[in-house]
Amino acid sequence: MTTNHSATAHHHSHHFDSAQHEYESDKEGIWLFMVTEILMFGGLFVAYAIFHQIYPEMFAEGAKQLSWKMGFFNTLVLIASSLTMALGIYYNQINKSNKAFWNLIATLVLAGIFLVVKYFEYASKFETGFLPGKFLNPETVGATSQNLGMYFGLYFCMTGLHGLHVVIGMILISWLAYRTKRGDFNANYYTPVEGVGIFWHIVDLIWIFLFPLLYLVG
Amino acid sequence: MGTASTNPNVNYLTEFSGIKSWLFSLDHKRIGLMYMIAILFFFLVGGIMAMLIRLELFSPGPTLFSADTYNQVLTYHGAIMVFMVIVPGIPAILGNFFLPLQIGAADVAFPRLNLASWYVFMFGAILAFTTLFTTKIDTGWTFYTPYSIKTGTAVITIVLAAFIMGMSSILTGLNFIVTTHKLRAPGMSMFDMPLFVWSLYSTAIIQVIATPVLGITLLLLVAERVLGIGIFDPKLGGDPVLFQHFFWFYSHPAVYIMILPAMGIISELISAFSRKTIFGYKAIAFSSLGIAAVSFIVWGHHMFVSGQSEIAGVIFSFITMLVGVPTAIKMFNWLATLYKGSVSFESPMLYALGFLFLFAIGGVTGIMLATLGVDVHFHDTYFVVAHFHYVMVGGTLMAIMGGFYYWFPKMFGKMYNEGLARLTFVLIFIGFNVTFFPQFILGAMGMPRRYFDYIPAYESLNKISTIGSWMIAAGFFLALYVIIRGIISGPKAPANPWGAKTLEWQTSSPPPHFNFDKKPTVTGGPYDY
Amino acid sequence: MFWLNLVQAQSFMPTPATDIAQRVDNLYSFLLISSLIACIILIGGMIYFVVKYKRKSENDKTPRITHNNFLEFLWSFIPLVLFLIMFAWGWSVYHDMRKMPENALEIHIFGKQWAWEAQYKSGAATSNLVMVPIDTDVKLIMTSKDVLHSFYVPSFRIKQDTVPGRYSTLWFNSNKLGEFHIFCTEYCGTQHSGMIGTLKVVTQQEFDAWLEEESKVSTLPLAERGAKIFQVKACASCHSVADANVKVGPALWNQWGQQRNTSSGDIALNEEYTRESILNPNARVVKGYNPNIMPSFQGQLSEVELTALIEYIKGLK
Repeated sequence: MTTNHSATAHHHSHHFDSAQHEYESDKEGIWLFMVTEILMFGGLFVAYAIFHQIYPEMFAEGAKQLSWKMGFFNTLVLIASSLTMALGIYYNQINKSNKAFWNLIATLVLAGIFLVVKYFEYASKFETGFLPGKFLNPETVGATSQNLGMYFGLYFCMTGLHGLHVVIGMILISWLAYRTKRGDFNANYYTPVEGVGIFWHIVDLIWIFLFPLLYLVG
Repeated sequence: MGTASTNPNVNYLTEFSGIKSWLFSLDHKRIGLMYMIAILFFFLVGGIMAMLIRLELFSPGPTLFSADTYNQVLTYHGAIMVFMVIVPGIPAILGNFFLPLQIGAADVAFPRLNLASWYVFMFGAILAFTTLFTTKIDTGWTFYTPYSIKTGTAVITIVLAAFIMGMSSILTGLNFIVTTHKLRAPGMSMFDMPLFVWSLYSTAIIQVIATPVLGITLLLLVAERVLGIGIFDPKLGGDPVLFQHFFWFYSHPAVYIMILPAMGIISELISAFSRKTIFGYKAIAFSSLGIAAVSFIVWGHHMFVSGQSEIAGVIFSFITMLVGVPTAIKMFNWLATLYKGSVSFESPMLYALGFLFLFAIGGVTGIMLATLGVDVHFHDTYFVVAHFHYVMVGGTLMAIMGGFYYWFPKMFGKMYNEGLARLTFVLIFIGFNVTFFPQFILGAMGMPRRYFDYIPAYESLNKISTIGSWMIAAGFFLALYVIIRGIISGPKAPANPWGAKTLEWQTSSPPPHFNFDKKPTVTGGPYDY
Repeated sequence: MFWLNLVQAQSFMPTPATDIAQRVDNLYSFLLISSLIACIILIGGMIYFVVKYKRKSENDKTPRITHNNFLEFLWSFIPLVLFLIMFAWGWSVYHDMRKMPENALEIHIFGKQWAWEAQYKSGAATSNLVMVPIDTDVKLIMTSKDVLHSFYVPSFRIKQDTVPGRYSTLWFNSNKLGEFHIFCTEYCGTQHSGMIGTLKVVTQQEFDAWLEEESKVSTLPLAERGAKIFQVKACASCHSVADANVKVGPALWNQWGQQRNTSSGDIALNEEYTRESILNPNARVVKGYNPNIMPSFQGQLSEVELTALIEYIKGLK
């Protein structure tokens, strides 16, 4: 980014030399945290890959039960929210707090839409009996694979953990919107906005892997 | 910017008072001490469990308690000692306290995150301890499936507690990496850092990369128990051995989370008490990084007889052998540091020499276990138990004790009784060998681990082992007395009692709130004697 | 080889009873000797240095020796070569342990909480006893009925986990007659340390005679057959039959017809209740005992076998 941090423009913690020094350290910390997030989801992706290898038909049968249209719609929603989030950072960086605020609100709305769609997907699965693990009875849902519960176990674990991240992201973005409105951020200080922004992009990125794996590949 | 007082009577311990000044302190030194108190308590609980285990094994047959109780005690001993004592031990206590001091910083990069890590850790620990009063757990600290899915005990609570403590570990590691990168004093390049900092840095990398995988493994285990998703349960088409792969992918690097910081302390001690520059600085620093990197691809050596393919066993055995090389390099470098030194024998140095002795034995037995054909016999016997106690207790715990005596004057501004401190070493060192050396022989004879009862042929060696455990206990209780007496009524310590060269000795004992009255500028290396 | 023999005599390993065990011991002796030399160099060197370079005065000057490329190369390279030798030697032994012989005597092994069951092709079945002939290749095909176990015979230096839902294999060829311990080395719950079996090596003639005798179980009187099944299914590891001592489950000695205070009301120990307790053990658990301990034997016993067991329990006095 282009801004020039000066040591006097913004207050910085005592153990840093300057606001720029603090900003760089914060950013490195956030990226390291993202590494841990990706590795955590990585474990789930490995489990998915192993069992997809062993039970390809069962996974195909599970994927057929999901509505790829809803999944695709949600993918578009999240990509759009990534754009508004990026704009939220950008407008904060050029001191346009009002525009930044409305972009953050737009991100929140899009995240809300994502969750509502997710709710309808979950609800239809619950109604038709496609429950995770031992709660899925292959006879009542007419499944040919006896262990279809594993697919839905993985489906609910992966999308559930992702959904939890969306909720956490929404809480953080609300906090950012509040602080933006209060005028906390400006060209010299926008570390929290950028940090949450990175988090939000990673959450979107994980969904971009989840969608084809669960809905399309099967 | 905060200004530290120039009054020598005001330091980080006295500048603020009251319980709140501790519980809400952002000072890395105070947070280090809060970790110390908590971990000392956990160590006491885990140690009492160890004594109970040894007492039960004094004679064959049920003596002290039932088989179920014994299995619970051994599970808590393992889980407490691993997740609450040895993994957090050195980084959270000594690392928190001395990482910023050694690089000339006023604090860690994220002080609030540091305090949050402490609360997260305590929350996890308390959650784990609640199970002691409800349904207990009896799976062993490894939580192997499918036993951990079937047993009717508090697996979910403990596993969530381990997950939460893992989060604390991740946050501490992240904090240390950024601190090391960004907060070094002017003039200090990466290769001017003390080796203790290098070892904490390597450890932090492992914490950040490996712990999330443990996190997801434990969550999957919870999902398995609650939802029955079937990925670890053979009845539902899952694979119980997959759990072992996931688990050891974290837990083997975790072994290096436990030992690397200990090696860092030993480098400091050997150099300081030989008054000599460390031999092969770069080799030691890079071997820490090398061990950290290789540690991620050796996990399968825990599974030579689990049913993985022969070729997997061969690859894992080969890579495990390669870990031996950087470890050997470190041992020889410490030895070469002693050569032509000016060696004195204060208690920290005794612990460091004890470490070299015990770690040599722990190391060569590790190579034996990495050798495929021989490991098949030793796998899951007391030979393994003896080996990892030589590395974890003989290694890590000796280093903690040595480091603690070494930095005690800096932490509290007081000196302890040197004679008694040396006596603690004698008791712990001899007691340790009496306890654990017979266990190598028991393992060679074939006694499996996690055994509540054993055949009569194993009795005499088990008796010797139990007697040794009493000596260790006496040593640690004496050490506790030495520490408490030192804090209360020890004579005042000078700023640099050992004549060491690293930065923490350039500030007063104890240091002021912001560590250095004037930000230090580094011109020489950490070991310029 | 003199050194190897000397070390082996002092290594505390159980007397080897197979060729593979002998090879493991040779390798182990090599490891012990090289470890001993390594420890003498490291620990001896350390003691020598600290004594020789003991601090003489507070003003000692120490030389500044930062590194020595040649030495550092040596102490990286020599251990590396040694480690590679150990690795290759270990692999060759391991490879022969894992390479299953053809035309071996095959025995099926089931690990379960908490006993080892063996099933022979002739129909003979045993519990905590594996009978094999001497100088014969024996292949064990193993699985588990519940959790992980690990089949370990110290005298043969072999070990393999038994995993539910999978088969694992193990082979040996014993050259010594006698009885050897079978331990379980994978933690499996309460009676893990009690899961000890006997591996008995006998001559071919004895083995043939034993196998024929064991295969004739179905012609025995009902109660005797029940006794056999009781032993094979390892019921005795939890239920005592010779006295009133309580093990993991209630004792069965002298109990027939007695009232039992169960989780769902009192009931006498009769045919009906015994049958239910075998097939569906959690239906009515005697108070003071944990449910979920006893496994169900549904599908594992025929009607005749069930009747035989009941006849046997009836006669315990």
